[in-house]
Amino acid sequence: MSPVSPNPASIVIGGASILGGETADILIRDGVIAGIGQDLSGDETVDARGLIALPGLVDLHTHLREPGREDAETVESGTRAAALGGYTAVHAMANTSPVADTAGVVEQVWRLGQEAGHCDVQPVGAVTEGLAGERLAELGAMADSAARVRVFSDDGKCVSDAVLMRRALEYVKAFDGVVAQHAQEPRLTADAQMNEGAVSGRLGLTGWPAVAEEAIIARDCLLAAHVGSRLHICHVSTAGSVEIIRWAKSKGWDVTAEVTPHHLLLTDDLVEDSPVGAYNPIYKVNPPLRTREDVHALREALADGTIDVVATDHAPHPVEDKETEWAAAAMGMIGLETALSVVQEAMVETGLLDWAGVAERMSYAPARIGRLAGHGLPLTVGSPANITLYDASVRREVDPWSYASKSRNTPYEGRALPGRVVATFLRGRPTVLDGKLA
Amino acid sequence: MKRHLISAADLSRDDALLILDTAEELAKISDRSIKKLPTLRGRTVVNLFFEDSTRTRISFEAAAKRLSADVINFSAKGSSVSKGESLKDTALTLEAMGADGVVIRHSASGAPYRLAGWVRGSVVNAGDGTHEHPTQALLDAYTMRRRLGSLEGRRVTIVGDVLHSRVARSNVLLLSTLGAEVTLVAPPTLLPVSVASWPCEVSYDLDTVLPKSDVVMMLRVQRERMNAAFFPTEREYSRRYGLDRERFARLKDDAVVMHPGPMNRGMEIAAEVADSPRSTIVEQVANGVTTRMAVLYLLLGGADLGGGDQ
Repeated sequence: MSPVSPNPASIVIGGASILGGETADILIRDGVIAGIGQDLSGDETVDARGLIALPGLVDLHTHLREPGREDAETVESGTRAAALGGYTAVHAMANTSPVADTAGVVEQVWRLGQEAGHCDVQPVGAVTEGLAGERLAELGAMADSAARVRVFSDDGKCVSDAVLMRRALEYVKAFDGVVAQHAQEPRLTADAQMNEGAVSGRLGLTGWPAVAEEAIIARDCLLAAHVGSRLHICHVSTAGSVEIIRWAKSKGWDVTAEVTPHHLLLTDDLVEDSPVGAYNPIYKVNPPLRTREDVHALREALADGTIDVVATDHAPHPVEDKETEWAAAAMGMIGLETALSVVQEAMVETGLLDWAGVAERMSYAPARIGRLAGHGLPLTVGSPANITLYDASVRREVDPWSYASKSRNTPYEGRALPGRVVATFLRGRPTVLDGKLA
Repeated sequence: MKRHLISAADLSRDDALLILDTAEELAKISDRSIKKLPTLRGRTVVNLFFEDSTRTRISFEAAAKRLSADVINFSAKGSSVSKGESLKDTALTLEAMGADGVVIRHSASGAPYRLAGWVRGSVVNAGDGTHEHPTQALLDAYTMRRRLGSLEGRRVTIVGDVLHSRVARSNVLLLSTLGAEVTLVAPPTLLPVSVASWPCEVSYDLDTVLPKSDVVMMLRVQRERMNAAFFPTEREYSRRYGLDRERFARLKDDAVVMHPGPMNRGMEIAAEVADSPRSTIVEQVANGVTTRMAVLYLLLGGADLGGGDQ
């Protein structure tokens, strides 16, 4: 790939396969797609023959950890990871310290994202003050702030109080917001360590039953229908949840859902038997890895649109929070830099999704749900030039030390995954070129 | 045999029989006036106890000392662990001291697997959370074999809080390896939801199972389970699942009663039953030392037993 200067007046992306289909040149001028066709010319050219051009990816669920846990990740390091993963926008979850439950904190995170410049950072606001599940946070103030918050979530904790959830769903209608629920009935999951099933029974680890997720999803779908609000379900992990969401959608209710890459690929038996040893907390995540049947149902649901979005739930943790006994370890996995590869393996190589389907689920739909302007738009003339170039033909061993994230807690270490993000453009400016930060 | 003993599933039938036969040989030696053997001279065994368990620690300590090993007792209380040192740092410290064997008791299920990844010596699981306690299962099998002969086809009933019991998990695995037929009896709340996939039978009704049992093993039921609504009251539990005198009277004449201790007399087991000649509870403690000697001997590759006929 030829070098590109930081701010050329125009760039031609030459010979990319648009959404894995026809091959064309893409002309970028003034941050916008100015032309798509054959034999276009510009000040500089990026040779994209053999690469797939996708709309810049949008993550609806990212933990950037700043403010508060800058040892695990910062807005700077997390957005570098995002750009390298092909993302042009990420939604930063609210469970920071202090919690993003005021206009002040969401504006701080938003500004840090602007300063970093690797991708757009759209803060998510907390639903309740301090994620405590007791009083609504000032949702309107966050919506009206410079950060223009539209997605509200207590992610990490469930808004388990039914009345509070109802009120939140109703209240955010005033500014076209959405409540993104972390569906986990707390009483059914006290001290829960992993999926409740055959493996947890053998390993003597407290179970996290599927019903604890499904019961909340069912309740919230009914609540959303009752008050006529938008509901988004975070990280759906069970076959039963899929059935409930499919039913809710069949009623015409405004319910959307996301699945993480790891829930599309990994299963709970890795806790018992894996190349990195039994009880390795690298596989500890919330919601937990489920069974083969669940993975199958999630893939089918993502393919048929029951699940709208792939969201990473990128959750960085420092080494010392994972190199412990299982019960003492933190929950979560990093995922920004492997998401597209995992989706290729789980969905594209299995024939369940084509690249247009990937664009819908990793770019258009998350931007639509998040009401994020300027992102998730088709690669057509006039769209902001948010573009990801992807080489689907390679296969690489995962090396956690090669990642830009500050944390190393990837569950794919030692595994080979397909594909490589070659370049990312944010409003025409390359943030990644030749697989490296530009 | 594998290098570590963490789960009873680590043991093949031949491994398990070798340990039990070795324990028999060691028991003969224990009857001599000088109990000590030189087999592990110069080897270091660390007892790493993150959870209080005087009984198990003493049992392992006696076993290692009778084999002439150097024993280091490391208990979490009063150590750097209580100052927040991680399991990994503790492991690296032990590694630097050159431990040949580490006996670990920990409240977190799976902690011995983590430890085994950080040390070179053999790891012996002395009870991890609600996962396993393989040497308890071995000493139980040893005790049963002494009373009943071969375990092939013998019916063993394990009663109580299976959900939270590392003893039950290890016993189910080891006893099925040895050919015994295990039945778990408990209220459904105290069984894992996936118990049907275990190599054993399950019943909610103690009275129908008891008359067919060769061995009845009562598990300790912690009173705090009542507060978490696993069962309504202590008395109701005791009525439905306790081994009282009436139930004891309906056992087969040669059936034995076991309990891994510590007991709640009057709760899961009546005092008269615990103290009866058919109870092996005290025997189990003595057999614990012999069985653990066999495990340490075989894992740490000691010299010939000497004086035995192996």
